[in-house]
Amino acid sequence: MWRVVSRPLTGTHRMQRTWSDGRPTSAITAQIAKANDRLTSFERLEIYNRMYWFRVLDSLYDDCPGLRGVLGDRKFMRLAEAYLVKYPSRSFTLRNLPSRLAKFIREEPQFTHPHTALCLDLAHFEWARVEVFDTAARPLFTVDDLLDADPAKLRLNLQPYLQLLQLDYPVDDYVLEVKKREAELLRGDASNAPSELRSSVTVRLARPRPARTFVAVHRMAGTIYFKRLDPAAYKILTAIRAGKTLEQALSVGVPRAKQPRADWAAKIQGWFANWMELGWFCRAE
Amino acid sequence: MPANKFNGYTDYGVGIGLRIPHYDHILSQKPTVDWFEIISENFLVDGGRPLDVLDQILAQYRVVQHGVALYFGSAEAPNRDHLRRVKKLIARTKTPWLSDHLCWGSVDGTYSHDLLPMPYTHAAARRTAEKIRQIRDFLEVPIAVENVSSYTEFHVSEMTEWEFLSAVVELADCGILLDVNNIYVSSKNQTFNPYDYLDQIPHHRVAQMHIAGHTKFEKYLLDTHDHAPPDPVWKLYAHAIRQCGVTATLLEWDDKIPTFDEVHNEALKAHEFIDQAREAKIPAPRETVRARAR
Repeated sequence: MWRVVSRPLTGTHRMQRTWSDGRPTSAITAQIAKANDRLTSFERLEIYNRMYWFRVLDSLYDDCPGLRGVLGDRKFMRLAEAYLVKYPSRSFTLRNLPSRLAKFIREEPQFTHPHTALCLDLAHFEWARVEVFDTAARPLFTVDDLLDADPAKLRLNLQPYLQLLQLDYPVDDYVLEVKKREAELLRGDASNAPSELRSSVTVRLARPRPARTFVAVHRMAGTIYFKRLDPAAYKILTAIRAGKTLEQALSVGVPRAKQPRADWAAKIQGWFANWMELGWFCRAE
Repeated sequence: MPANKFNGYTDYGVGIGLRIPHYDHILSQKPTVDWFEIISENFLVDGGRPLDVLDQILAQYRVVQHGVALYFGSAEAPNRDHLRRVKKLIARTKTPWLSDHLCWGSVDGTYSHDLLPMPYTHAAARRTAEKIRQIRDFLEVPIAVENVSSYTEFHVSEMTEWEFLSAVVELADCGILLDVNNIYVSSKNQTFNPYDYLDQIPHHRVAQMHIAGHTKFEKYLLDTHDHAPPDPVWKLYAHAIRQCGVTATLLEWDDKIPTFDEVHNEALKAHEFIDQAREAKIPAPRETVRARAR
């Protein structure tokens, strides 16, 4: 029955009439289910076939406003269906449904051509939003935690939910703009049956032009925020996340230039003060 | 039977499902509500807004966990990561009982995220009961299994749905979350008398009831939870509490969700039938064995 339920629908959202081996699907369904006085076995199992696809496609639709914006609804649905055929859900929660979407886009670029690089950035960025929303937060690091610390060996820790992204496109601004145009759709797993695909809200904006972009996706009071980072700041933060000492992280981030060090000191001090205010540093586990 | 071993000897009254569109209203207005049911899987996360909101709710209200993905009827072993997370959530919510559905929904680690109907066979009943026992032993909380709406019948089935439900809960020695709307929907789709269903289950095992609305299509009913319960569902509910005793009751409204007050007022209509049942002073149901072990 699972093969019947998970088989992709037709373009008009109906169960396919022909089975993969050429037999009529009705011959397969008749072996599994009984007909009644109103519905054939095909029609009865089609209810489940449609509900499965409506639910998983709706979930991805909610999670990927940026990808939808770039591809348009029809092309996005083709991508989503092909993705779910190759990588059906392996998690008890729909929250994890987009976790392998970037991998799929890399493996199957024909679904996103000619915007594959942009779509890859969007898949990474939109998955980061999911992760930031409900990943753990640890107790905040405070100035008191610096007491007795050896500056040469000091290692800082970043909040587990903080996501640091290096992107080829400014997709943070793009997604914000798309979401501004759409009504915010809220996630909710419940036990009811979807009766149809949600009617689409097509938001088409000019696609962003390539521009190397460094972004932190973080949260405050339960709300997700995006913060642009200076390339050096990004390098420092990723080095801290990789477990480098503060001294090593700074040496990775600050370019060996002839610029006066005083400028860098003020800049770095400002970054760290800001990151502390945002609660990005936490105590070690 | 308001309080029994299947609902942790509690008498919770009439509750509603905790849903995102009502968060702000509940947290700011703090309305009086007997209890909230949460979808466990929405809170099996490590942090962020879901747990922040839940903790605020727990500070004010009683909460019961209702799952949608334990899949008691799936052939595979329980997902250990899933169970560990559910157990951690139980420690947080102190839910007196936990419910999930009598259905399958996963195959070899692939999840459908749907509540798929089971073949009503003796072998499936035994296997499902064994899985419920394993899960209960791990979670250490009473379990109630919910009958689902169904849209099909299998050739291999050997018994009716109510016989299957009875067999499973008796073999597992667990409770029933009796979804009255689901019985109504299935009775129309499968053409059986819903009162026969209600009369022939082990009433003393009913730990909780669900009421909800559905959508009527030309040839079948769909369990959409996007309406108030229609009259036939309320009538069935009235019959159910006369048979099973007044027990924790919850209104499910999961789509096209109206205001908090509208949902809550609809749920409170249950009191009309609860009062009638109490006035009738019907004795608590006796322990009965409905299914024959095979």
